[in-house]
Amino acid sequence: MENKEIVIQAQGLTKRFGDFIATNAITFEVYKGEIFGFLGANGAGKTTAMKILIGISKPSGGEAKVAGFDVYSETEDIKKNIGYMSQKFSLYEDLTIRENIRFFGGIYGLDRKTIKEKTDVLLKTLGFEAEADKLVSSLPLGWRQKLSFSIAILHNPKIVFLDEPTGGVDPVTRRQFWDLIYEASNRGVTIFVTTHYMDEAEYCNRVSIMVDGKIEALDTPQNLKKQFHADSMDEVFHQLARKAKRSE
Amino acid sequence: MKLFLAFITKEFKHILRDTRTLIILFGMPIVQIILFGFALTNEVKDSRIGILDYSKDEASQHIIHELDASRYFDIEANFSNPQQIDQAFKEGKIRLAVVFPANFRHSLFQQNTASIQLIADASDPNTATTVVNYASSILKSYQDEVLGEQTLPYTIQPEIRMLYNPQLKGAYNFVPGVMAMILLLISAMMTSIAIVREKELGTMEVLLVSPVPPILVIVTKAIPYVLLSFINVSTILILSVNLLDVPIQGSLLLLLGESMLFIFAALALGLFISTITNSQQVAMLASLMVLLLPTLIFSGFMFPIENMPKPMQFISNLIPSKWYFFIVRDVMIKGLGFKCVLKESLILVAMTIGFVLIALKNYKTRLE
Amino acid sequence: MNAIIANHLFKSFEKGKIKALEDISFEVKQAELFGLIGPDGAGKTTLFRILATLLLAESGDSSVDGLDVKKDYKAIRKRVGYMPGKFSLYQDLSVEENLNFFAHVFGTTIEQNYHLIKDIYQQLEPFKTRKAGKLSGGMKQKLALCCALIHEPSVLFLDEPTTGVDPVSRKEFWEMLKYLKSEGITILVSTPYMDEASLCDRVALMQKGKILDIDTPVGIIEKYPKKIWSIHASNMYALLQVARAFPNTHTCFGFGESHHLTLNHDAEDYDAFCQYVQEHYKEPFQIQEITATIEDCFMALS
Repeated sequence: MENKEIVIQAQGLTKRFGDFIATNAITFEVYKGEIFGFLGANGAGKTTAMKILIGISKPSGGEAKVAGFDVYSETEDIKKNIGYMSQKFSLYEDLTIRENIRFFGGIYGLDRKTIKEKTDVLLKTLGFEAEADKLVSSLPLGWRQKLSFSIAILHNPKIVFLDEPTGGVDPVTRRQFWDLIYEASNRGVTIFVTTHYMDEAEYCNRVSIMVDGKIEALDTPQNLKKQFHADSMDEVFHQLARKAKRSE
Repeated sequence: MKLFLAFITKEFKHILRDTRTLIILFGMPIVQIILFGFALTNEVKDSRIGILDYSKDEASQHIIHELDASRYFDIEANFSNPQQIDQAFKEGKIRLAVVFPANFRHSLFQQNTASIQLIADASDPNTATTVVNYASSILKSYQDEVLGEQTLPYTIQPEIRMLYNPQLKGAYNFVPGVMAMILLLISAMMTSIAIVREKELGTMEVLLVSPVPPILVIVTKAIPYVLLSFINVSTILILSVNLLDVPIQGSLLLLLGESMLFIFAALALGLFISTITNSQQVAMLASLMVLLLPTLIFSGFMFPIENMPKPMQFISNLIPSKWYFFIVRDVMIKGLGFKCVLKESLILVAMTIGFVLIALKNYKTRLE
Repeated sequence: MNAIIANHLFKSFEKGKIKALEDISFEVKQAELFGLIGPDGAGKTTLFRILATLLLAESGDSSVDGLDVKKDYKAIRKRVGYMPGKFSLYQDLSVEENLNFFAHVFGTTIEQNYHLIKDIYQQLEPFKTRKAGKLSGGMKQKLALCCALIHEPSVLFLDEPTTGVDPVSRKEFWEMLKYLKSEGITILVSTPYMDEASLCDRVALMQKGKILDIDTPVGIIEKYPKKIWSIHASNMYALLQVARAFPNTHTCFGFGESHHLTLNHDAEDYDAFCQYVQEHYKEPFQIQEITATIEDCFMALS
């Protein structure tokens, strides 16, 4: 990663809910084209932090810029420049693949012609041509995930946020999914993944591990393993998360 | 027995810990009774009226005084010419104008005939009729008072008698209606939602894969709601007697007994709904569509059934709340005895048994 | 005696359109920790439901503790513990109330079988009065396990107990299963995480309603038919492209930090592969032979 252009910059980012400090002065940078893993146990504060970064929650303190836009005042610009895919909701199950693409393309203000072109390319890349007019609900889980990732990057966002993307998918489909992510990252799209599946963490260029609202470690998976004398990210996580006091 | 108690305790905890639902459950009857009893009532109170008195004699003054003293009217204005009446109506200041002709007393006593003009704002015909009726009855009582000893038969207005509801109180209709609605909602909807919630949580699966007889799970779910519904019946009755002045004419025991019967019918319905639905949302929608709407439309408390087309009248027979509505009206308002509501009661019993049978037939010891 | 026997089970949904189980047969020995490993849609939950007497198979028969799942379902329900996948307890009841309730359901008390749940319960004890809905994912699953154990079942069915649970709790959960096994309880557990396979005595790899293989985790890995290498470089994506472009590459899958590579003619192709990558990738890369993981085996079988 030679070009170290910063696309996400957080400086002392804090979010309080009453007395509870969900996110406690976290500071980190994410570079262009990077696959950045944002790890933490349930309740460590990663969802809160991500909500701030995607512009749907206002921080209580600190600074952050996403794609060059301020998380306090320029949330609308942020939303235009990012893609978002969550495990829980990403596609309308009662619409067909084609209708989903058209709808989400429309949301991001793509014109009819662009949507049509992009739809064709997308269907071809994913090999979904034959299923284009099938309801999303009839697709296997892994297909849906590939589709929803492709839709999340339809409008060429600078950053894509993935919220626990690949739980429960079969190994082959999962690899195809990561192939898509690698490919996007290679084109310069920054990928921000939150997950608590540690094997997923190994796919990331760099990972941060949050414990009780703070970032306790931030480095490449390789360096972290060295630092904690561990064989796997699982072990690294264990050593850090065992100290955690709070849970959900 | 210990098992039974464990289940009942658990159900009560579920209900009591869900404060929001609890408030709705207990607040709903109170709010409904107050809403229907007062805000939506046909009864007209403190209507503003205007007077145009060309005669200004003893008799007219007396009547004006009577009108003002009545709780139905407030005298808003005294006019000196008809144009002012027009103006007042246009501005919506008054609902009724009373016009006394010149020499009112003289005509009344000397010629034995006198006319009073009652002008009402008929843009709301119901209110207009009511207001005119009230005013007429005051005029009549004045006549009776002055002319009472005399033998001259004399009437200004035709006599109107309102059977069972002499004051035309709307509450007489609404109390039974609200009772039917609340009981149905709580017993049927809440029970079905509570059972379906266990399905959604996955706890039903665990309970099925346990030595507990499934019927126990269901029965214990219903019991707290029987109690809740009963408390609600009592609340509604207390409120209607004390707040709405709707007395219980018939036997209280009979009324409560019939209410229990209806609660069971509603529970059986709820049970039935829970066996055919798998999500709380669907259970709720089904309850609303199958129970609440028909209760509102077909039980006769909002729209008179006699005025409906034949097919609608037929459908109304299938609605349990219609029969309960009739029972409450007969027992509570008309003060009739059990004999008179026997037919309705039997229909409810039959419906309850029917629903229980269907529910049991649909109930499975397995998942599908 | 085998604690669980499944014999040619078939099950489909929506009038045969969705085939959930196709010819599933396996046996689980007494006090064995048996894993059903497979992604969502493999048919794991359906299989659990059939064995837990909640569903009837279309054909084939099965028994639990020597009892037929169809005929003797009542007897089975008395002696199995079942934790469904979406099981989330009563959210509005406290930890203790949940436990007490399930104790009542099985006609027992917490004290009676305390020895079984002691370890887990001690971890939960500080949160005794907390509502189950306010527990973390890991804690919830521990409580659910407690509830499933309260009547000292002889067979335990756990449907994806570690899904959505953080790694620390996952590890603790598996330690508990090991202990329960040592107490003589037969455990059938399912998981979508391949890395958890190695924690089982034997596993069945499942996909799309079929069993791909049944063996010990070591046995499955030993059966892996090919040599497998891990490759690593600074630009993993470019490396993946190059590796896949090599004509004799059999498979090359991303495994996070490294890619796992198999070649059509195994060792014969090795030198050619290295040369090809050097030519096309141009930068230094590492390659080393490794033992296959369960995930490699799963992909090879599917």
